[in-house]
Amino acid sequence: MAATFSEKVLARNAGRSRVQPGDVLDITPDVVLSHDNSAAIIHIFRQLPQQRVRHPQRLAITLDHAVPPPTPQHAQNHADIRRFVAEQGIRHFFEMGRGICHQVHCEEGVVGPGMILLGADSHSPHCGWLGAFGAGVGRSEVAALWATGQLWLRVPETMRFTLTGGLAPGVMSKDLALQLIGQLGADGANYKAVEFDGAGVARLSADMRAALVNMMAEMGAKNAFIAPDALTWDWLETQLQRTRPNDWQERLAHFRELALLSDADASCAQQLEVNLDDVEPLVSCPHRVDNTERVSALAGTRVDMAFIGTCTNGRLEDIAAAARVVRGRRLRARLLVIPASSQVLADAVAAGHLSDLIEAGASIGTPGCGPCMGVHAGVPAPGEVCISSANRNFRGRMGEREAEIYLANPAVVAASAVAGEIIHPADLAREA
Amino acid sequence: MRSRHRIWKYGDHVNTDVIFPGKYTYSVQHDPAALARHALEDLDPSFATGVRPGDVIIAGRNWGNGSSREQAVTCLSACGLRAVIAESFARIYYRNAINNGLLALTCPGAVALAQSGEELLLDLDAGELVIAGETLRLAPLPPPVLRIVEAGGLIASLKQGQGK
Repeated sequence: MAATFSEKVLARNAGRSRVQPGDVLDITPDVVLSHDNSAAIIHIFRQLPQQRVRHPQRLAITLDHAVPPPTPQHAQNHADIRRFVAEQGIRHFFEMGRGICHQVHCEEGVVGPGMILLGADSHSPHCGWLGAFGAGVGRSEVAALWATGQLWLRVPETMRFTLTGGLAPGVMSKDLALQLIGQLGADGANYKAVEFDGAGVARLSADMRAALVNMMAEMGAKNAFIAPDALTWDWLETQLQRTRPNDWQERLAHFRELALLSDADASCAQQLEVNLDDVEPLVSCPHRVDNTERVSALAGTRVDMAFIGTCTNGRLEDIAAAARVVRGRRLRARLLVIPASSQVLADAVAAGHLSDLIEAGASIGTPGCGPCMGVHAGVPAPGEVCISSANRNFRGRMGEREAEIYLANPAVVAASAVAGEIIHPADLAREA
Repeated sequence: MRSRHRIWKYGDHVNTDVIFPGKYTYSVQHDPAALARHALEDLDPSFATGVRPGDVIIAGRNWGNGSSREQAVTCLSACGLRAVIAESFARIYYRNAINNGLLALTCPGAVALAQSGEELLLDLDAGELVIAGETLRLAPLPPPVLRIVEAGGLIASLKQGQGK
């Protein structure tokens, strides 16, 4: 019988030959993700009878949400986490500055094709761009996973997007994501698995795939999936050689064994075709991600600050796109660039992108989540307008209730920082 | 058994950032009084000072979308809120509510009849609520979810040895 990726991977994990959407299964994830919230999870874990983590090798803890720590309390969280990591023998621990958990897990081969990741973070679907199953859960659930190794999951219905054509120059996968979210709404995929297939997927780069899958959290998706193809395996091989010189071949072989595809004839709750030729740069307006407009409709909107970074759009291609836009120009609005990982930072330095950005007047932050959720590191003032490459523009999201946040692709964010107002990068080029 | 509850009414797509602002996520974590002070801070500044134990929220579609932060649930429990009744819930919020003993009740049609400050009657045994003179059915909870609710939340259920 034909089955979707999510049905296959959950059935295999639960030891069932076949499952249906709506079935509730006990799942033993391969990776359990947490970050700065591990301090709170430790507090919950200590209330449980189990004193030892059941599968310490499956935990992956990254310090990324408040790095470097802005207050002694945030520093204490980190100290508590480091002590717990040592006490429980947790191998996958990534210090502050290494980067955002979702990006680091992919770079380090913590997660890969055919694996299941559950995380105390709503962007846990991210790893689906590599062909994994990733879903967000809560802190108490991660404490339970640490103790028992298992958690119940409902098998999701699947929505399938078949992509044709290709993105025009200057258009990025962020625009495709915003188009889908704008059309289907912030709950358009609630409780569902999203799959992308079709010839259009093959033409999306690794960084574009990652941003697209990441953003499906903003449509309510439980997980999102792109089947591993030649590009995925090439990316993994290059990446694992870089981060795991001693065991990259074994790791790659392990991923090849685990990898699962989705059957073309599997039954889906919804199937939609999207022609990438028709996608154009979009902006999400305050205070909802599904409140989308064409860039041209917002041209001239004042911008005080701009932010390029986050698990959504803080990768090398994103920074490269921004650098191309600002090269040789001066910024009218302040621009903060925070690479998604230390690897992205190093690569952006080597490629000269950061010089272009710094010479234009941008400032560079420590790899991590930055001001995305308003904890620190460059929050807006009351009444200010921010344009951001991040994933959420909810009221108060960046720490200030009376600020306005617009979301866009990194090239639009960079162009708007140059102009001091929202502008299409092509229009900026014409002005010069 | 029927119980009477005062209503706070909100709209569609209320996200976790306005329920419990992200800026407090790693500093306000466990203290119930501190959690309660910030409840709905960026949605309705009158809520934290006006809410009384036993009150309920009635909202539209997709309550609790966005971040997985559990304080978006525990800040409401800390206020003594009895239940959130919505047209639909974002999935992580729904799990967090169940796991922390906050009743998350799906009841299509309730929000259209609701008025802030008015009262409703809740009958969990019968699986229904009475609002503005009309009786509405509550969507039933799946069995594994019901077991956690009956234990008083996920951590309580694990302490009682129900978890594996």
